[in-house]
Amino acid sequence: MKTPFKLPSAARVRRFAADNVVVLIFLSVTAIAVPSSNLSASYIIQDLLTRYGRNAFLVFSLLLPIMAGMGINFGMVLGAMAGEIGLIFAVDQGIAGVQGLLYAVLVGAPIAVLLGWIAGQVLNRARGREMVTGYILGFFMDGVYQFVVLYLMGAIIPITSKAITLSRGYGIRNTLGLDSVRQSLDKLLKLELGPFDLPMATYLVIALLALFIVWFRRTKLGQDMRAIGQDQTVSHSAGIPVERTRILAIVISTLLAMVGQIIFLQNMGNMATYNAHRQTGFFAAAAILVGGASVAKATIPNVLVGVGLLHLMYIVVPPAGARLFGSAQIGEYFRDAMSYAVIALALALHAWRKRANAESARAGLRGAASGAVQPAKTEGGAE
Amino acid sequence: MPDDTPLLSLEGITKDFYGTTVLRDVTFALKRGEILGLVGENGAGKTTLMRILFGMPVIAETGGFGGTVRIDGQPVSFRNPFDALDAGIGMVHQEFSLIPGFTTTENIMLNREPSRRNVAVDLFGPRMATLDRPAMTTRATKAIERLGVELDPDMLVSEMPVGHKQFTEIAREIDRENVKLLVLDEPTAVLAESEAEILLDSLRRLAAQGISIIFISHRLHEITAVADRVVVLRDGQLVKDTSAKGVEVREIAAWMVGREVDANARVRSDRKYGGPALEVERLWVDMPGETVRDVSFSVREGEIFGIGGLAGQGKLGIPNGIMGLFAAGGTVRLHGKHVELDAPRAALDAGMAFVSEDRRGVGLLLDESLDWNIAFTAMQVKGSYLKRWLGGLFSLRDEKAMRALAEQYIEQLEIKCTGHRQKAKELSGGNQQKICLAKAFALEPNLLFVSEPTRGIDVGAKKLVLDKLRHYNRDEGTTIVMVSSELEELRAICDRVAIVDEGRIAGILPPDAPLADFGLLMAGERAAEASA
Repeated sequence: MKTPFKLPSAARVRRFAADNVVVLIFLSVTAIAVPSSNLSASYIIQDLLTRYGRNAFLVFSLLLPIMAGMGINFGMVLGAMAGEIGLIFAVDQGIAGVQGLLYAVLVGAPIAVLLGWIAGQVLNRARGREMVTGYILGFFMDGVYQFVVLYLMGAIIPITSKAITLSRGYGIRNTLGLDSVRQSLDKLLKLELGPFDLPMATYLVIALLALFIVWFRRTKLGQDMRAIGQDQTVSHSAGIPVERTRILAIVISTLLAMVGQIIFLQNMGNMATYNAHRQTGFFAAAAILVGGASVAKATIPNVLVGVGLLHLMYIVVPPAGARLFGSAQIGEYFRDAMSYAVIALALALHAWRKRANAESARAGLRGAASGAVQPAKTEGGAE
Repeated sequence: MPDDTPLLSLEGITKDFYGTTVLRDVTFALKRGEILGLVGENGAGKTTLMRILFGMPVIAETGGFGGTVRIDGQPVSFRNPFDALDAGIGMVHQEFSLIPGFTTTENIMLNREPSRRNVAVDLFGPRMATLDRPAMTTRATKAIERLGVELDPDMLVSEMPVGHKQFTEIAREIDRENVKLLVLDEPTAVLAESEAEILLDSLRRLAAQGISIIFISHRLHEITAVADRVVVLRDGQLVKDTSAKGVEVREIAAWMVGREVDANARVRSDRKYGGPALEVERLWVDMPGETVRDVSFSVREGEIFGIGGLAGQGKLGIPNGIMGLFAAGGTVRLHGKHVELDAPRAALDAGMAFVSEDRRGVGLLLDESLDWNIAFTAMQVKGSYLKRWLGGLFSLRDEKAMRALAEQYIEQLEIKCTGHRQKAKELSGGNQQKICLAKAFALEPNLLFVSEPTRGIDVGAKKLVLDKLRHYNRDEGTTIVMVSSELEELRAICDRVAIVDEGRIAGILPPDAPLADFGLLMAGERAAEASA
């Protein structure tokens, strides 16, 4: 009656496909697009290497909330905003190079902690709907950010540099040139390997972050996050402070997103003051999901694979669109649509899988299905 | 320490919830290393008693309790379960509280993990300490050894057989260094016979190590097998506190269900039944908390068929499954015609009606008026109380007919309300229940399921509801299947009573069978003589 349920091999193949359908679809689209793009291998690889440095840190910031069972932290854009505010100050103060980036991190950190704490509080009140709440919270905070940067900076918050202020005297310009810190981290330890340029310092920072996450999983706090990620009630009854742990997961994620955004922007070299963070959450979410993560489980390899796959597609699809349809724009539309589709598919798959799991768990309870035969003595009638 | 102070003593424990007394002057004591079997029907007060013992916040929130709890002779009052844990009381719950993706070790050590300090601890506090995995494994293994069972410390809970989960849970409790008292609430409910045996052995081992155990089980033969003493609760009172030596299962069953008073059970030799009305074969129903595993029975035309049993054993799942409200499988035939499962509409179309135990959730449209509530299902299913326009192209409610219908039932069932336009949520529980009945009657069903028809309603309304059911059966010839936790009421109006245990029918008895027989069936003793 209680023998473990064994999957037949056909079902196992289906299961594997179902588990990795997002990755498989993505791979096949990219596989078609790579030859059609007519790009050289070295160009693609160099671009990928650059994009790894630029994006991986941001994507890593999603890991802890997923581990804590809060899904994809779309609220990470709050951290991105904090990073941008830090950069504005760094540029305003004229602090150049890596010191400028560090200054930006120092300024951004308290803001990120505060925003993360607020987000954590809100998400604790929206259990089970963390992702959509975080997404909308991002939109709301975008408004607050605009208010602060567009009206308060230069008016109440002192901004000394005229170059970054709007001509009316207050508010930050639409585009912020980051010349003083441009690629300062990337260029700190540049390694030229054949035709490729490797931003080793950036990679080192990312590697340190990966190590931190590996270590963090082995701490008590990490263990607690894993526990509440699987069952909040059980964790609570074991005495784990569930709410506090969830807030910590979001605070750490927001902090990491703050640093991630600074790394991202120093690579870009300029910053669309009011738009740079808008799509941060979306890109990071798409990347981690393409890497095979789900909203309930994500690993470091998921991040690394995902960043590679997503950006490979981003590199090759516009030129492929241009060649196949005569318009690069079609390719750009297509890659955005694909990324959104990936998120939608992953969310739908997660819900579907959860139901399927519940179903198979319940199947074990079914008397008839388990083959237990009940002695026929139910008829007690006096006919 | 002298061994004659009892480890735990409960003195004059009294508790009421909003004026309803659920525990009255319960007093008993438990010695070190003793196993106490705690027995009682649902609502006898076992759960409340354990909640008091553990200082569950719900007790304080509802006005506290009377009496004293002493541990080692000292009066204690726990403000929350963690206080109780600190005092050395462990609880093993009916539902597993394990983390599925964690290993045996991780679960046993949950939130008590041994850890190693590092720099981050000084900077950010103790939660940054890294876990000491080898120490965790050692301690978990030790706890498992104390139980005397075989468990793989590295196996994931989600991949474990159910018996291992139960042992993991117990191991977690006994890993605490100071554990003195272990409370096990139906620990064998999910176990197979052989696994339950092993569990009982483990309990004996623990008792021999000096741990006292309160063992709650409805499987009475387990109580007699393992307990040193038996305490029986009934209706909030302690009715028996005796040494388990020489006590028979049958005696406990009789203490549990009550005195042998058969005033209600009339002999119904004059009752005449037709052929089979409802035939159920190998039904399973996937209703959370009320899983039906494998149930077969048949109800005769014109009969009132009762289904009883303890809560959580699956009796509620039967009507809910047949009516298509929860995923179900098996064969159901109504008057020989196959009824589609998982389709509420099909069940209703076949002529069955259901008065749900979930009055406010399933039974009523709380924000709507009484006439709407009564006519609603009939309107949906049979198209009654509708006026057709343009040859049936569209139809509108027939307010007049609905009003007449509502007023008819308000009078017949003595529903206390201000009128047929009153909102259903404004009525009292008893009157809401009558609305549910009226709604079912309005369907003119040929088979009526009523589930817990008297739950949460006062005595007067109870009698009226039962009388109406009986009359409806006698006068209209409607076959009724009634599911209830109240054995007395089943025995009062049913022609046969089936007792459900662990998702299966343990037996079917005539209503005038001795109470002890019903008790035995509830206790999972498939009494061979149980036949009408």
